[in-house]
Amino acid sequence: MSLKTLPLVFINLGGEMLYILDQRLQAHNTSDDNSEKGVWSDKDRKRVMNDITATMFSKDFVDELLKPQQLYSHRTLKTVLTRLAHASIMRLNPASMDKLYELMLMAFKYQVFLCPRPKDLLLITYNHIDTIRELVKDTPVVVNQVDEMHRKMIEVYSSLSEGEFQLLRQTLLIFFQDMHVRLSLFLKNKVQNPNGRFALSTSGPVPHGIYVPGLIRVFDSKGREVRRSQFPTGGTYSSSVKEGCFELRGDRVITLGVNMYTVHHPEETQTCKAPPVKEELNLLARLMGSMKDENKSKTETGFWINLFTTDEEEDQASDSRGADDSMFGLISIQAMQDEQAATELAQIAGQFAEQKQPEFTSCTKGDDLLAMMDDL
Amino acid sequence: MYHKEKSIQIKNSASSLYNNLGVLRIGPRRLTYFTVVHANVVNMVSASWDGLNYSHRQLQSKEPNVATSTSLIIQAAFCVLPSRELLVVTSQKGIQMYESDGSIMVYWHALDTPETPTAQAVFARGISAVWDNYICVGVSSGSILVFDVPSKGSNITLSEVLEEHKEAITDMASECSGSQECIADLVSADDGGNLCIWKSGEEFQLLNKIHGFDMSCSSVKLWKGTVVAGYGTGQIRLYEAVTGILHAEVNAHARWIYSLDIAPFSGLLLSAAEDSLVRVWHLNMTPETNSVEVAHLHNECVTDTQICGAKFCDADGYAFAVTGYDLSEIIRYTQT
Repeated sequence: MSLKTLPLVFINLGGEMLYILDQRLQAHNTSDDNSEKGVWSDKDRKRVMNDITATMFSKDFVDELLKPQQLYSHRTLKTVLTRLAHASIMRLNPASMDKLYELMLMAFKYQVFLCPRPKDLLLITYNHIDTIRELVKDTPVVVNQVDEMHRKMIEVYSSLSEGEFQLLRQTLLIFFQDMHVRLSLFLKNKVQNPNGRFALSTSGPVPHGIYVPGLIRVFDSKGREVRRSQFPTGGTYSSSVKEGCFELRGDRVITLGVNMYTVHHPEETQTCKAPPVKEELNLLARLMGSMKDENKSKTETGFWINLFTTDEEEDQASDSRGADDSMFGLISIQAMQDEQAATELAQIAGQFAEQKQPEFTSCTKGDDLLAMMDDL
Repeated sequence: MYHKEKSIQIKNSASSLYNNLGVLRIGPRRLTYFTVVHANVVNMVSASWDGLNYSHRQLQSKEPNVATSTSLIIQAAFCVLPSRELLVVTSQKGIQMYESDGSIMVYWHALDTPETPTAQAVFARGISAVWDNYICVGVSSGSILVFDVPSKGSNITLSEVLEEHKEAITDMASECSGSQECIADLVSADDGGNLCIWKSGEEFQLLNKIHGFDMSCSSVKLWKGTVVAGYGTGQIRLYEAVTGILHAEVNAHARWIYSLDIAPFSGLLLSAAEDSLVRVWHLNMTPETNSVEVAHLHNECVTDTQICGAKFCDADGYAFAVTGYDLSEIIRYTQT
């Protein structure tokens, strides 16, 4: 339908991608894991942000985006976003990219769904641009690129009518249709229900330019009001707050599109699935003993071995891991995380077998462990 | 006043499009047809009145003789003429007309689409049967295509193109098809909130133009010479069609209105919006004082749902049906 969706799609999805990557790379920075791999310095992280942003806001990319065209398919969009992510030194495996894409899409779907007025799609986009600008603020060249794109957006979109914005929004909503992936951050904040649907409130301030419901006015043929009455609205609405700023800099007022990951615990960049998908290594670790938390020191945890794993004992094991257990039912973004998990398992195996192994191959270790259990 | 009945499950969820629910009551066969648009598909359900039989059908938007080309459907609506009933489906590519059960396509009209995409999207939206033999369809350019429909067969022809609106047509409505004489029998609405009032004929006559407030009018109805219009501001306005006099204004919803419907025999009005609420009103015309009373009767909240279609299932307003974005069911309510 609308031929003007692509710039909004890329800035908003790209923005969400940068938020998530920034947050995950910072999480990897705080790990006190001794392994050299899997630790990202501040400098590395900023470089990733700069590289991706520079590519996303490069003149050629922007010019291509701004051409009137139909929205890409999911497959094409994911391919382009993957290439964007790989414009940096970071590499994401396909499984990670799939999960990242889901996270990005659901976050953007939420923003589009809850957008107070269709025109506020621009404010959401500008929130993303503002935050991206912050992420790359140490590199003036990239900041200039961001500003340039922002100016073009203002030029192209400022004159669109509300009806055209609604058409744009409807096009995006068709694109997101039937996606109900649950995000742990959304579930926790009750913006998403357990069935994956977003919560819609029937109270609060009305969007700017909308009248608080409840009033019926009747006029005579000369246009004079002759009667007014109230009706019960079934909600508790209040007057709108002020309108956000559509200029290059300013208070956007609405918060949709700001970085929702910064104030929360690192594990929040996760999607939820009922059965844990990450699999052989976890199961093996559970059979061997409790899964070690990233931040705990190796020597502190008392490992207990579940020789005869009954369901009851497995439940006890999962209970004792505590509420922060990120493995149970959640999937974390694996930028190099395979190696992390492998290293942990190597440590478990190392404790059990009383020798430390610098190299790790999961298959052989797994076989060794199982063989040991069989012997008992 | 109303209570919820058993919902009808549909094959796909409803897309977020204005007026996304079509209802046709087939008295002799004790059936009701429902249509709900999902992306490039129209989901049709035929529901028997005893609630025991449901049959489903899906129509895709394609140009005839082109197997692969599909496009997004914008609207599907039933057009009731004295001699026949047709299902009209509009998309980015053109306009399709089917027999009311969706079994056979009787007519295809391709929209003029430029070779290379211009900045403006091209699509058809706004469907209404008018008088005895016309079906009018709006276009994103603001044009209105008037089709002449014979009492049977597929010899449907484009009779006229009305160029009055400058913005994309959003919705159209008519009254007095066939039976009575009406001064105005068609109203058209656009993305700027402008309303045009027409008298049908071999050449349609523009009777009046009511200017908008730069806010899209997403749904419009015509009843007893009164235009009932729903806007993106959540307001409903009632105008006298021919004179443009504003009778009443209701701050009805907290978000964009997506659908209005009127039950002509009882004067019940249904409004539905993205704020998840459906409201039932009563319109009372007093011709002596030339005034209209609007009374609020009932609210229904469809939790966490942005409603995109709401229609009465009968001319008395005894029952109504609702669709919502991402919802794979048609929710029904009946008077208690």
